[in-house]
Amino acid sequence: MSDGKRRDWKVNGPHFPGHEIFHMKGAPQDPNRLYASQSTEWFGQQIQRSDDGGETWQPVSNDFQFAGEPGTHLWYDGTPKPFEFTRVWHLEPSQTDPETVYAGAQDASLFRSTDGGNSWIEMAGLRTHESAPEWAPGAAGMGLHTIIEDQSNPGRLFVAISAAGVFRSDDAGESWQVKNKNLTSNFLPDPTAEIGHCIHKLAIHPARPDVIYMQKHWDVMRSDDAGDSWDRISGNLPTDFGMPIDVHAHEPETIFVVPVKSDSEHFPLDGKLIVYRSKVGGTDWEPMTKGLPQKDCYVNILRDAMAVDSLDECGIYFGTSGGQVYVSPDGGDNWQTIVHDLPGVLSVEVQTLP
Amino acid sequence: MIRVKLPLHLQRLADVEAEVQVRVSGAVTQRSVIDALEKEFPVLEGAVRDRSTMRRRSLVRFYASGEDLSNDDPDKPLPSEVESGAEPFLIVGAIAGG
Repeated sequence: MSDGKRRDWKVNGPHFPGHEIFHMKGAPQDPNRLYASQSTEWFGQQIQRSDDGGETWQPVSNDFQFAGEPGTHLWYDGTPKPFEFTRVWHLEPSQTDPETVYAGAQDASLFRSTDGGNSWIEMAGLRTHESAPEWAPGAAGMGLHTIIEDQSNPGRLFVAISAAGVFRSDDAGESWQVKNKNLTSNFLPDPTAEIGHCIHKLAIHPARPDVIYMQKHWDVMRSDDAGDSWDRISGNLPTDFGMPIDVHAHEPETIFVVPVKSDSEHFPLDGKLIVYRSKVGGTDWEPMTKGLPQKDCYVNILRDAMAVDSLDECGIYFGTSGGQVYVSPDGGDNWQTIVHDLPGVLSVEVQTLP
Repeated sequence: MIRVKLPLHLQRLADVEAEVQVRVSGAVTQRSVIDALEKEFPVLEGAVRDRSTMRRRSLVRFYASGEDLSNDDPDKPLPSEVESGAEPFLIVGAIAGG
């Protein structure tokens, strides 16, 4: 926690010692309402909720049941495998109602709760999409990791799945369309196939939801037509492999990525941790290095480990596999370490309290 | 009463000490003991057994009276020491690494 200056930080916790918190996120309409996905290989999935800004937590429902037959997807070896619920990768509280929250799961499936996490209903139109038998897992499993609710177009949702691609619904999740046009993935037998792209993260600015930014397995991409088509905006990035991408809170054309060397080497180029910022919506990128380690740095930055706050001077945050959390309180120019000896950071989110 | 010993993660989840006691009516088996445990502590549903198959999670083990009962029939009666309360039924996180 910090004040608006974001210079001095207090670290609370650990809150769920011994467990992995895959993702935690606060409700936009209620700063005290937080949801957390707690998981271990041993004891499975739990969902925790806080109604007091993280001071106390209560477990809510972990009953994630597929609606109907599970169906199959492709396994790593290309053979069919039944869908199986493993864990929740991402929790996305609704933009309008703190009691409504979406959960993106592995194997790729989408759930919604309208009672603050006390019960979950699968939005089965996605998992039963005609393309689902062709979906395949990425290295970390077949996860649904991005859920975007478009406030200005009621009923419009975007999700992204590794490794299937981007899907859009215009009817509140009843039906879904594939939105992978112009994506290229060289690990596919047909690199321009409609299905099978390993999207790492999507980001939008709420004021301009038809513009979507994407960090893909390789390639940073942009759509100006709500996902109908995509253009490559990697431009002068020294490498365009990475996991997170985010948009400045007040400048819809200012975006941030943290590239790592390659699909085989998940660490920054030359041991220098650099956030790249584009102020023109991509293609032209500038390196942000002040306050970040510029030698001997070999950490990774995971897809949900980047966030922005909504203060007047936008703060940017990211966490690393080495347990550091960094903040720039001035839109990316200067960085400082909030905490540097945590376990590997799986997610970073910001909640601004009144 | 049947004594059940829980691993640390599940103690924290259920907000209890290492050992809890549950009342089982009828035959004392893995299934009836865990049914009773989940009834007393609903937060443990899905944490010991998979919610859809109701089978033991693969990294959870069941021990009692010095024996590994993990792969026994869930409806097989547990040892008499567990039934009498002389020994606890142990729910253990399988060792991995380290």
